[in-house]
Amino acid sequence: MSAESTTTDVRDRYWQKTRNLTILVLALWVFFALIIPTLVGSLNNVTFLGFPLGFYMIAQGSLIAFVVLIWFQNWRQDSIDDEFGFGEEE
Amino acid sequence: MALIQGRFLDNIGRVYGIYTGGFIAFIILMAILEQLGVGANTIGILFVAFTIAIYALIGWLSRTMEVDAYYVAGRQVPAVYNGMATAADWMSGASFVALAGGVYFGGYGYMAFIIGWTGGYVLVNSLMAPYLRKFGCYTVPDYIGTRYGGNLARFCAVIVLVVASFTYVTAQINATGTIAARALHIPFSVGVWFGLLGILLCSMLGGMRAVTWTQVAQYIVLIIAYLVPVIWMSNVQGFGIIPHFTYGEAASTMAQLEAQYGLNQPAEPIAGLSVLTTPHTGPFGELAEWKFVTLALVMMCGTASLPHILMRYFTTPSVRSARRSVAWSLLFIFLLYFTAPALATLTKLQLLDPSLPTAIIGKSFDEVASLAWIQNWQSVGFLAIADQNADGILQLNEFFMRPDIVVLATPEIAGLPYVISGLVAAGGMAAAMSTADGLLLAIANALSHDLYYKMIDPKADTSIRLIVARVLLVGIGALAALIASLQLTGILGAVAWAFCFAASGLFFPLVLGVWWSRANRQGAIAGMIAGFVAGSAYLYYVYTGGTPILGLDDLRFGIVGMAASLVAMVVVTLLTPAPDEEIQRMVEDTRVPVGPPILAAKH
Repeated sequence: MSAESTTTDVRDRYWQKTRNLTILVLALWVFFALIIPTLVGSLNNVTFLGFPLGFYMIAQGSLIAFVVLIWFQNWRQDSIDDEFGFGEEE
Repeated sequence: MALIQGRFLDNIGRVYGIYTGGFIAFIILMAILEQLGVGANTIGILFVAFTIAIYALIGWLSRTMEVDAYYVAGRQVPAVYNGMATAADWMSGASFVALAGGVYFGGYGYMAFIIGWTGGYVLVNSLMAPYLRKFGCYTVPDYIGTRYGGNLARFCAVIVLVVASFTYVTAQINATGTIAARALHIPFSVGVWFGLLGILLCSMLGGMRAVTWTQVAQYIVLIIAYLVPVIWMSNVQGFGIIPHFTYGEAASTMAQLEAQYGLNQPAEPIAGLSVLTTPHTGPFGELAEWKFVTLALVMMCGTASLPHILMRYFTTPSVRSARRSVAWSLLFIFLLYFTAPALATLTKLQLLDPSLPTAIIGKSFDEVASLAWIQNWQSVGFLAIADQNADGILQLNEFFMRPDIVVLATPEIAGLPYVISGLVAAGGMAAAMSTADGLLLAIANALSHDLYYKMIDPKADTSIRLIVARVLLVGIGALAALIASLQLTGILGAVAWAFCFAASGLFFPLVLGVWWSRANRQGAIAGMIAGFVAGSAYLYYVYTGGTPILGLDDLRFGIVGMAASLVAMVVVTLLTPAPDEEIQRMVEDTRVPVGPPILAAKH
């Protein structure tokens, strides 16, 4: 196996993992950004910390989810990078 | 320049620490002056003048004649500071001044902006920022032009960028005008030019480098200014010093108060001012959920395609730090955005809840008319009360206000000392100025780098390129101020349009450029043109009185543009030959975070 094809193989596997992570993150994003707002009417019947739950999710809950989601993605992506030797020293 | 280069970067934490301490000391000094009897007007002027002087000083210290420093701040901005700069770049006059007001008047429906303007960063992080950073471009059209090849693609990207950013920047200059008018007691039309002067002082001499370091300073001012009144108000109302987790009861009380007063249209509307007619906590009216989701979606895609944000991630040292700085950006933005609904709720409660001394609804008309803050804002035409049913009592639908003054007026409404009003004015000014800086720079850089240098005169030498960039900056700023002084649309309206334009024209060409190596030049050009033309045509149709299709009004025209853009780009790409091997390899390389950038460091 030549050096060239090994590199291609490594790159392909790297990209596959990166892509899977991205798809997972986007699926969670769709849930918090686009699905939750369609459920607000019914969620509002539940009370959370004194808030109507639907209002809470839009005013805070989904926002917190986005922040956590990005930090989670970066943590996972960093370890994928390191696994394939693509991590950069800073 | 040693001061701002190596030594500055080593001591950056200390420099901004001292700056923050100095700003807090300044606030305390102003509070003492107020106690000593210095007038409210003087304090307002001192706040705005002092902060602008600091920004201008940073702008002057960061002056440069190097291309790399001018366009991408030398690519050495640490992730945390780039996060702060992006947050200031991002949180515009609309976020600071108008968002809580939008939630105040628009209720639940307006919170789609909050979801859209935070959730968009998930797209920036997963689809765009790391890959564009790897590419090593100076501007967004630079990426389009190189990835797809050819001047036509580059030119289309420049057009979309200019239209989107220009729409946005007029809104920001409008906001600086509004704040300057109130704080300095000058006419709005003068305030607009005053604001522009401040903006240019920050950006003209040092380009991206100056804008980066002033934006960090502006973030610190704006976040302090946003949080302090909310915390204060919450404390007074008994929700504790961190209201975010405890104002639930206020949100629930709101529904009862709304039922008690009734959400009715005013008997006689007053042009430019609003009354409260929409409920606070839940969807309302036809297609409410659909409208919410479409608005949030188009704001998110717009976030991921607005060049002034994307270009901030070109300034980090590496791909990993670009990603990291997206995470910091969202965290810093989040601090303000999850406070905005709290601010709107608590302010509304101040006015509505009869158990609070600041309530005005349901009080006698004469009593309300004699309040100082009502008179102050009434005198500049931003607020009105009219006893339209002649019962001598102020009803909910007789209290008219311009939505974008809610944040600025809140300290006065809640009876806070004037020093807080001054602080809020300085914060609003910082927010509007920092965004305007970023936008003007994005436009001027695209025109000077992509249009002038890449297309008109590729042999131009460095000093000419940087002089052209600065002349364009001043010219575009002046044009934007001129248009802002005409006051065509409210602050939030114009901002939503900018997002729609960017999403229509740039979202799919950018995303597919990274994620679909088959995407070719013809497809990208078709995508940009179809998206932009369809979006603009639909905007024209709705704005001139056409019935919105499926509730897609002028705030959501980007949905139409994006759909057209996606279809055109995919169809045309598949009908034309795949891009050559060199381009395909370029796309492959973009996906690997290490290794040299695709474009040479000095191009």
